[in-house]
Amino acid sequence: MVTKKKNIFFSLLKLAPLILLYISVLNSFDFNYVKYLSFNFPFILIYYWSLKRIESLGYGYIFIAGLINDVVIGFPIGITSVNYLLICGFAAYLRNITLRPKLVQDWFFFFFTITVVNSFSYIILSSLLFVEVDYVSLFFNTFFTFIFYFIFAHLFRIYQKTIFQEQND
Amino acid sequence: MEPSRDDFIIAIRSAFLKKGTQQRFSLIFLLFFSFLLLFLGKYNFNQLNYLRIALNEIVYRSSFIVSIPENLVINSYKKAKDHYFLYRDYDFIKEKLNNLESEKYNIDFLIAENKRLRNTLEEVNYLSDEQIAKVLIDKESPFLRSIIINKGSKNNIQKGMAVLHNNYLVGKVIEVNFTTSRVLLLSDLNSKTPISIEPGDIQAILSGTGKKEATIQYTKDNLSISNGSIVYTSGTGDLYKAGIPIGKIFEKDNKKKVDFFADFDQLRFVKVSNYKKESD
Repeated sequence: MVTKKKNIFFSLLKLAPLILLYISVLNSFDFNYVKYLSFNFPFILIYYWSLKRIESLGYGYIFIAGLINDVVIGFPIGITSVNYLLICGFAAYLRNITLRPKLVQDWFFFFFTITVVNSFSYIILSSLLFVEVDYVSLFFNTFFTFIFYFIFAHLFRIYQKTIFQEQND
Repeated sequence: MEPSRDDFIIAIRSAFLKKGTQQRFSLIFLLFFSFLLLFLGKYNFNQLNYLRIALNEIVYRSSFIVSIPENLVINSYKKAKDHYFLYRDYDFIKEKLNNLESEKYNIDFLIAENKRLRNTLEEVNYLSDEQIAKVLIDKESPFLRSIIINKGSKNNIQKGMAVLHNNYLVGKVIEVNFTTSRVLLLSDLNSKTPISIEPGDIQAILSGTGKKEATIQYTKDNLSISNGSIVYTSGTGDLYKAGIPIGKIFEKDNKKKVDFFADFDQLRFVKVSNYKKESD
């Protein structure tokens, strides 16, 4: 009985990135309590796990998470999925070309990724779908997402080492 | 050794076309599917609307449940803060109440006089059909200011209905599902409301900024709008009835802005109103 409970708990722990992704999109978790201080937690989560261990998330689940996020924040259906999948694409590309991963390299490539993805999303939203988006908020959101990646990457790495017994960079 | 162009293409191809272990779909397929959804959504493809309504119903309820712990923390913090400032607020409210009580008699007289004059002029009076709705999701996204309420087409909610909090206008219904609806707040960048500024009966458009204040558009520069002037709905375009209070004018960075009467962070229950002309 105890072993069974332990197994269920361990399975849930293994699914933590996916559960966290769904909670963060359903709750639109962005720590938006202080002026301009908001960050896109799903971006950090998706980029990190696409880069280090894509089996923990899966593209299909990421796509559905994007649809849910669109419904919660009221954006046209599909736009967040495109953003999330593009992040997966950039992360997969970096994974393919990197032999010896380094956190700082991942971090700066993350900045490049979210800048491209947010710019792309801004252009699509404002010029094709005619949804006005506050450019300044988007700029600060991108900046703080970049800053917070460093902190969350460390936390995720500790979790990854503990649960999956993997050594990354 | 410098990476060649071929390496770059191989890495891109592998990233977007290759299915990883335990992956059912490739990235390129899902990206294509997302773009298809966007395209169909843009051209109001009917089947997509059904998908959207079904998704809305499930996601709004799930989101409400998932938000409970966070809301609990936020509400506890707000309650603690309210308790801390209780005495100061009590004194302030007591003084305000005294002032309001004295003004009320004047207002009662003006309302009666206004009604009599309207009847004389045969102006259209409005009947309101109001419903109280609970706010299910109140996520202040930096990009979109909207709330989800627990009333939908089942409760005869229709697009365009006015949403009020303590008799102050907060927004309008923009999306209706079976048991839920989305309300676009006045503070959203995409919100435009015809207004009348008193004193002076200045007609303008109130435009949301995505922040806590709003800006005034389409007024002549030489019009004098003084700080403290009150902003009401103008009733133009039959969007809302005229005279619903919205906010107060103040100046920021040499520009006239509107400070909303309603606190959009404190919306727990709102009133959804459908104004009909009395003759209807």
